[in-house]
Amino acid sequence: MTDPILATHGLAKSFGALTATDDVSVELRPGEIHAIIGPNGAGKSTLIAQISGALRPDAGRVTLAGRDVTALATPARARAGLGRTFQISALAMEDTVLENAVLGAVGASGRPWRFWRPALRDADLRARAEDALARVGLAEHAAARCADLSHGQRRQLEVAVALTLRPRAFVMDEPMAGLGAEGSRQLTAFLDELRHEAPILLVEHDMDAVFALADRISVLVYGKIIATGTADEIRTSREVREAYLGDES
Amino acid sequence: MIPERLLNALILAGLLAVPLWALAADEPFTITLATRVVILALAAVGLNIALGIGGLVSLGHAAFFGIGGYAMGILAHHAQTYTALDLGLFTVSGTKSMPVIWLVATLASMLAALLIGLLSLRTSGVYFIMITLAFGQMFYYFAIGWAEYGGEDGLSIYLRNSFPGLNTLVPIHFFGLCFAVLCLALFLHARLAASPFGLALNAARQVPGRAEAVGLDPKRLKLLAFVVSGAITGLAGALFADLNRFVSPTMFSWHFSGEIMVLVILGGTARVMGPVAGAALYVALEHWLGGLTDYWIIFLGAILLLIVLFARGGIVGMLSGRRQAGD
Repeated sequence: MTDPILATHGLAKSFGALTATDDVSVELRPGEIHAIIGPNGAGKSTLIAQISGALRPDAGRVTLAGRDVTALATPARARAGLGRTFQISALAMEDTVLENAVLGAVGASGRPWRFWRPALRDADLRARAEDALARVGLAEHAAARCADLSHGQRRQLEVAVALTLRPRAFVMDEPMAGLGAEGSRQLTAFLDELRHEAPILLVEHDMDAVFALADRISVLVYGKIIATGTADEIRTSREVREAYLGDES
Repeated sequence: MIPERLLNALILAGLLAVPLWALAADEPFTITLATRVVILALAAVGLNIALGIGGLVSLGHAAFFGIGGYAMGILAHHAQTYTALDLGLFTVSGTKSMPVIWLVATLASMLAALLIGLLSLRTSGVYFIMITLAFGQMFYYFAIGWAEYGGEDGLSIYLRNSFPGLNTLVPIHFFGLCFAVLCLALFLHARLAASPFGLALNAARQVPGRAEAVGLDPKRLKLLAFVVSGAITGLAGALFADLNRFVSPTMFSWHFSGEIMVLVILGGTARVMGPVAGAALYVALEHWLGGLTDYWIIFLGAILLLIVLFARGGIVGMLSGRRQAGD
């Protein structure tokens, strides 16, 4: 079996008496979309926070391309190749779409200390940003202010900023959140292709998207992974049905 | 509505025209007033980099202003008394040379900003305001107790310091010098704001989580902004001391930190020319209204209130019709 690009090994985190993640081990292999599903409060956000570096686990490790990144803070993990998108769009609302994408390129360049040449006139930064915008279909909105974008466009920009990093692995927190049927369909098609560039750890509530996209699915309930398998295995697992999917599925 | 670039040029031209008119009309006091505008604007340009781009609400910038002032005061004091300045390991003589004083003032302010920033940036929001205020007050009380350099009474410098090729005692010469320094600082602000660093700092202010997610460290970005900011305000302090030929602990007082923050907000936070517009309005009101009533500050308060409530972009934002800097 190929080595995983991103993996957690026995991650645990408690807040007082509440165990938010309990011995969570997931692997993200090259070229795959690995979806994490689970009911509200199952610990998905805590897991994402531990993978991205916002939260330190009480126990366990996170590895990225074979390297232990558990001790690294969020910016260092991003530079090591982790590209994440946020559940609630985290964009510089006062800035333009292009500036938001260039920000990603500045981060990826590792040289944010240059203070003399205008960022938007730097051909490399700009090319990287424009390329990412074109790929998500925002090229003609490059000059728009982020605050003036529709919700769906903000979701697209969220993905574009992650693209500018050219990461080794994506961690996407509900990228479909709030998208209409058409938007979800487009993003589903896009992620389907994107997995070949870098694998995607996908936390998502949109079950149609999850079952259409995921090579493997892990089910998180009360902080524990209760099952990991292909879409069919998860769909037919009695344990998962009882814990999460309900009988109607 | 006036395009912001044109408006910026008009503000600078106006600031240059007033003392030139005063020169022709033989009104040296007006030139001194204009110089005061320029130096206060320079101090506020410094704050604007931390406050406007970086979102760092510092109520301790008087510390840098005072450090710049005392750098000038101490060096010039030793020069005019022909005494050596004992630095512990070695002694140096004082100097009356502005370029040397400016260098010392800038470096000392940068060092202070680095230390204050390292400690203050562990906090944010109202705690950041309070801790910067506390640092400013530490310097204030230290200066009051510093008997060697005049304590509460401060230091008087008999002759303005010198700059090669200029007679700094001629008001228009000194104005021109300060104006040139201000233009350089404004140019630095404009370049910095549009640079990768400015973009990153701006994002660190608006969405720190996003900045981190693309591999940027908001704290380090803000620390550098704070150091650059402190350096410019410190340089303004050295010029201010030279304008008055007097340094006292009041340069360190928190009133001054509040005053330059008012200048930035009046003129337009994060706008390149905001501090200049703010300082011009402030000094004009202080002069004209101050001549009519001792309570002029009430009118300033009312204007500030109106601007904060109805014109968030300050004077520059109001006249250029743009809500936010850089849109």
